[in-house]
Amino acid sequence: MSMTKTKKVASQSRNRRVSLTVTYAILIILGIIWLVPFVWILLSAFRCDYQSDGTFIGTVTSYFFPKHFGLKNFADLFSATYYAVPRAFPRWMLNTLIIAVVDCLISTFLVLSVAYCMSKLRFKLRKTFMNLSMVIGLFPGFMSMIAIYFLLKSIGLTGNPAHPEYSVIGLILAYSAGAGLGFQIAKGFFDVIPNALVESAKLDGCTNFQIFRRIILPLAKPIIIYQALMSFTGPWMDFIFAKVIIGADNPSYWTVSVGLYSMLFGQYSNTNLFTQFAAGCVIVAIPIVTLFMFLQKYYVEGVTAGAVKG
Amino acid sequence: MGSKVKKAPKNKQSRLSFPERIGTAFSSFGKRFVDGSLGTKLSHFIFGAGNFYHKQYIKGFLFLLIQVGILALMILCPSINNTPYGWKALQNLSLKNTVEGGGFNPVTGQFDTISSDCKLMILFGFVTIAMIIVYLLVWNLNIASSYKADMDRKIGKKPTTFREDLRELLDGRFHVLMLTPTCIAAAVFTILPTVFMIALAFTTYNQQDMNDLGTNLFHWNGLQNFRAVFTGEGSLGVEIHNRFLPVLGWTFIWAVFATLTCYFGGIILALLINKKGLKGKKLFRTIFILTIAVPQFISLLAVRNLLGEYGPINTLLIDLGLTADPIGFLGLRTGDSESLAKVMVIIINMWVGVPYTMLMTSGILMNIPADLYEAARVDGASTVKMFFKITLPYVIFITTPYLISSFIGNMNAFNSIFLLTGGGPAYPGYQAGGTDLLVTWLYKVTIDQHLYNTGAVIGILTFLITATITLVTYRRSKAYNEEDTFQ
Repeated sequence: MSMTKTKKVASQSRNRRVSLTVTYAILIILGIIWLVPFVWILLSAFRCDYQSDGTFIGTVTSYFFPKHFGLKNFADLFSATYYAVPRAFPRWMLNTLIIAVVDCLISTFLVLSVAYCMSKLRFKLRKTFMNLSMVIGLFPGFMSMIAIYFLLKSIGLTGNPAHPEYSVIGLILAYSAGAGLGFQIAKGFFDVIPNALVESAKLDGCTNFQIFRRIILPLAKPIIIYQALMSFTGPWMDFIFAKVIIGADNPSYWTVSVGLYSMLFGQYSNTNLFTQFAAGCVIVAIPIVTLFMFLQKYYVEGVTAGAVKG
Repeated sequence: MGSKVKKAPKNKQSRLSFPERIGTAFSSFGKRFVDGSLGTKLSHFIFGAGNFYHKQYIKGFLFLLIQVGILALMILCPSINNTPYGWKALQNLSLKNTVEGGGFNPVTGQFDTISSDCKLMILFGFVTIAMIIVYLLVWNLNIASSYKADMDRKIGKKPTTFREDLRELLDGRFHVLMLTPTCIAAAVFTILPTVFMIALAFTTYNQQDMNDLGTNLFHWNGLQNFRAVFTGEGSLGVEIHNRFLPVLGWTFIWAVFATLTCYFGGIILALLINKKGLKGKKLFRTIFILTIAVPQFISLLAVRNLLGEYGPINTLLIDLGLTADPIGFLGLRTGDSESLAKVMVIIINMWVGVPYTMLMTSGILMNIPADLYEAARVDGASTVKMFFKITLPYVIFITTPYLISSFIGNMNAFNSIFLLTGGGPAYPGYQAGGTDLLVTWLYKVTIDQHLYNTGAVIGILTFLITATITLVTYRRSKAYNEEDTFQ
């Protein structure tokens, strides 16, 4: 009796070990597939190969592993003149940083204020506002993009020959102005905060502002971080909107993603810039990925709050 | 009648039918004029008069300022880039009496000759209409404010001071304070541009026709652009007539496959990573999240170049003797296989999409009550059976809203197509290639080719399709209907 039992346990644990091994194998294979493109970009960024006649190979090569490693691509990237803009890459990095920080502040504020109203206050046009923002959200963003450009241009906030730097303000407006309509995820988060908390504060004589300031905001840290992360990383990832708003003829004020994208596509593209593109990608990706990994917990919380409600 | 409605409990008002509500609104307008004090009566003509009457000077002054400002703008018609606001802008909306020629001279910073910019005429016309709407809203607000002071007086209360009004903004009317910035910003930068683009769908505004005719002007042409979708008439009719249905069909196929592959792939990946006894969960998760964290223009362009004609993968395949010529995985050259490109984008999209679902379902999987599995195991259910009978129904039940929104999201998945195939393989003579979605087509037509009216038509049709899907699914869902009661 006890013999068969131990046998059964042994076979069970063997089964479990086999299934674990299979899981490891699958995950490792998938992990490698997931990493290959990133590793390749990383390798290309550090590639320092020359042709037999001494010219540098900056193109996509047919081999995966570089023959020589070096920092030439990074050095070139930071010193080179792109599209007649001297030291363009550091400029783009700075532009993007400024845009990202300001956009992050404005967008986060707008989203939180709208989400709080929709979740915890009751007023006459509330449902109308929610329906309207949903309907507007269904229009493809590319449709209004060119109209926003016309609008900004008519008030001199882009394509302004006297003040090309104004287009940075224009882009910040374009990024953050509509942010308040994307309140759904933050609202989902606020909905989970018990109403009893709000009601008891109201009985204690708190105004709605005090409730927001003293009770909701301290509890909302995860969603604040999520919104800030999203709006901060947005400008680093966008390569279309920024180019349309700032203008293809205004490369000094591009964001870094527009600059990098233009190395491979469009009128300024050059196949020999691929390794410099890769170096730029590494420099852009490292801070964003680090930020992401540190704030992963909040990201997951935000994504889940928005998506799996009801 | 008016007083009867007023006595009705508040929640009953929402049950009134639409004509009844309009009736109520009108009767309250009349009532305010008849019942109101002299100040309230005057408010109908001069903004803030009632507030002055009740000694609410600051408020009254603000109302007056708005009235004077808007009226001055309407009458004086200040112009920007030679295009006026105000009543002239309303006139200009007809796009008749436009003047050809002229242009901006960068040396003098002036317009050399006066010429009409039709797009600004439409834009400023709409701004003026918006201004009139604002005027009417403020008009109503100023009467209401005076009437409220009347009522306060009647019951022996003092009309509120400006300071009290401001304090009320932090409490009872906190939503007004909080929503105003978003309302203004969204009206200017989201609603106005959207309405403007919708209007362009009813014009002849496209660079190709205007270049052919040698003109800078365009005009209204009614529903002709929409008719062209069915008949193919007009200079752009051929493109939109011949390519609309294929692009729409592929957009649906893509959205279905992209959603399902990423969804089930994500669940399976989450199950694998969360397996009991597995070590290095965090490391694995970090590796997979990389595709979410790295900007897509980096990750997808890396894949595009890896798979390129002279890239490492094609070279490897040739060296191994598996193929003689480079394979056009992504349909970047004309003549490349369209079906291969379609399959490839769906597969590569899993690479960026699966980790999302993995992250989301990880938490849900851990929340499935363990006794469900225990009971199933006692009954002798196999792992596979437990997956299909317990795990999957549970996860699907919770994530239905996510499934819907990710379907809509995939219909508009610009990056996955634009960065990988660029819409290719190209159809000679057409903008829309074999893997173009409605959004990438829209992008090419408006941003690359400046065919604004065609783009607007595509945009409106895209909106109608996604809106229908959303309405049908969301409005039936619990999440929407019981949004209020959820808490």
